Amino acid sequence: MNEWLYVALFIIVGTIIPIGAIAAGFVFGPKKSNPVKLSTYECGIEPVGDVWVQFKAQYYVFALVFLVFDVEAVFLFPWAVKLGQLGLFAVVEGIIFISILIVGLIYTWRKGMLEWV
Amino acid sequence: MSFWNDPLKVAADWLEGLLTGWGMNAAFAHVLVAFLGVLILLSLLMVFDIFLVWIERKVVARFQDRLGPNRVGPFGLIQPFADIIKLIIKEDTTPGGADKIVYNLAPILSMMSVLILWAVVPIAPVILGVDLNVGVLFLIAAGAISALSIIMAGWSSNNKFALIGGFRQVAMMVAFEIPMLTVLLIPTIFAGSMNMNAIIQTQDRLWYFVLSPLGALIFLIAAIAELGRAPFDLAEGESELVAGFNTEYSGMKFGMFYAGELLHAMTFGGIWGILFFGGYRFFGLELVSPFLAILIFVIKALLGYWIIMWIKYTMLRIRIDQMLMFNWMFLTPLSFVLLMVTALINALLRDASIWVYAISMFLSNIILALIALEIARNVSKKERARLEGIKKAAAT
Repeated sequence: MNEWLYVALFIIVGTIIPIGAIAAGFVFGPKKSNPVKLSTYECGIEPVGDVWVQFKAQYYVFALVFLVFDVEAVFLFPWAVKLGQLGLFAVVEGIIFISILIVGLIYTWRKGMLEWV
Repeated sequence: MSFWNDPLKVAADWLEGLLTGWGMNAAFAHVLVAFLGVLILLSLLMVFDIFLVWIERKVVARFQDRLGPNRVGPFGLIQPFADIIKLIIKEDTTPGGADKIVYNLAPILSMMSVLILWAVVPIAPVILGVDLNVGVLFLIAAGAISALSIIMAGWSSNNKFALIGGFRQVAMMVAFEIPMLTVLLIPTIFAGSMNMNAIIQTQDRLWYFVLSPLGALIFLIAAIAELGRAPFDLAEGESELVAGFNTEYSGMKFGMFYAGELLHAMTFGGIWGILFFGGYRFFGLELVSPFLAILIFVIKALLGYWIIMWIKYTMLRIRIDQMLMFNWMFLTPLSFVLLMVTALINALLRDASIWVYAISMFLSNIILALIALEIARNVSKKERARLEGIKKAAAT
């Protein structure tokens, strides 16, 4: 049997169990809702204004930097697995690859993009 | 092969034989038995999770010089069951303006992301979900789902506190995933495989903790950040954000977040044990019986969990700018340098004797840690001097 089928089974069962628990809470709990009870909490006052505001642009820069490093990991994992068979040349190449990324990180840093404003 | 050597396979074969004996399709019987096995494993985990609530409450009480639950049953052992009954009979509310689908999906995903981690965790040499050859990558993928569930909960609640908690979780997820990914490459380099079982099997002579203590430490820090526990519990931040992302959750939906967090912490303790402390291996004891191997693994996982709790209950919450600075300007460069040094030494000393290899690995880690700490100390000294200068200028 394909091993990813087992992973699919884990995902299915792992979804069923919390659904079951929440359904038990839904069945046994009281159901007496009213608009006041369902209004959201806001430190003892009626909710003011709109909640779903736009994300700050700062997050976008962080997300871009993250994406670069995340994609880099995809390249590095096969490199790490086969490192023993590839020898010194591949190690040096890997180090150069990581160094380029570190230069990128330092550039972002110097531009002040990693500061939380 | 007897039941005591390979209980899972014997039980599965027996059940499969029984089902096919009743005239069931062989392939269907196989899937059904696998389904039952997964169901039993995850149900046992949920039962274990209930006792984790008790362990957590007892340990936090001891850290704070209290007794903890001690009224219901012996040592308060029945207390978590009382908690569950309370959670079940609570009213299940969905706030008025909430995005209903996303709101209800979030606690399910939170629990699911933890449970699927156990698909690749080897509990004993023969007892494991799947022997995936990309096990380490699977860990990262499943971890991203748990961060996503917190973002979903924060965004869909229609509550400002929850939204801020969700925002912070985004910043944290994109930050600490990078040192974690980088450090996961180190056991991969040593083992030459991303398979969790292979990583355990190759630690037969030395734990990877000896070869890479700094890597183990960085992994622990990144794991705590991924769990969202103190000192990185900015998404919850009770004193500033009410309860953060789960402010609007009640009853069993809140219970799923709570239980999911505890099980996640225990799971990361176990994964830390697997990657750096040899998992179910302990001086050949695991070969005696798989049941002993399970015991060893659970003890190692609970020790890791205890260290995570220890850090949680003794450290203060840090600010978000401090957290991001700590990650981007300290942990990320450090983990990259560590990866380069490890790869280089691994290539140069691969053919040397195991002791030369291990000692140079260990020393390189220690020296790297000392240099990094010295740089950090100097930078923070300069920062303090700058702040004091501003204060003096303002006073005069």
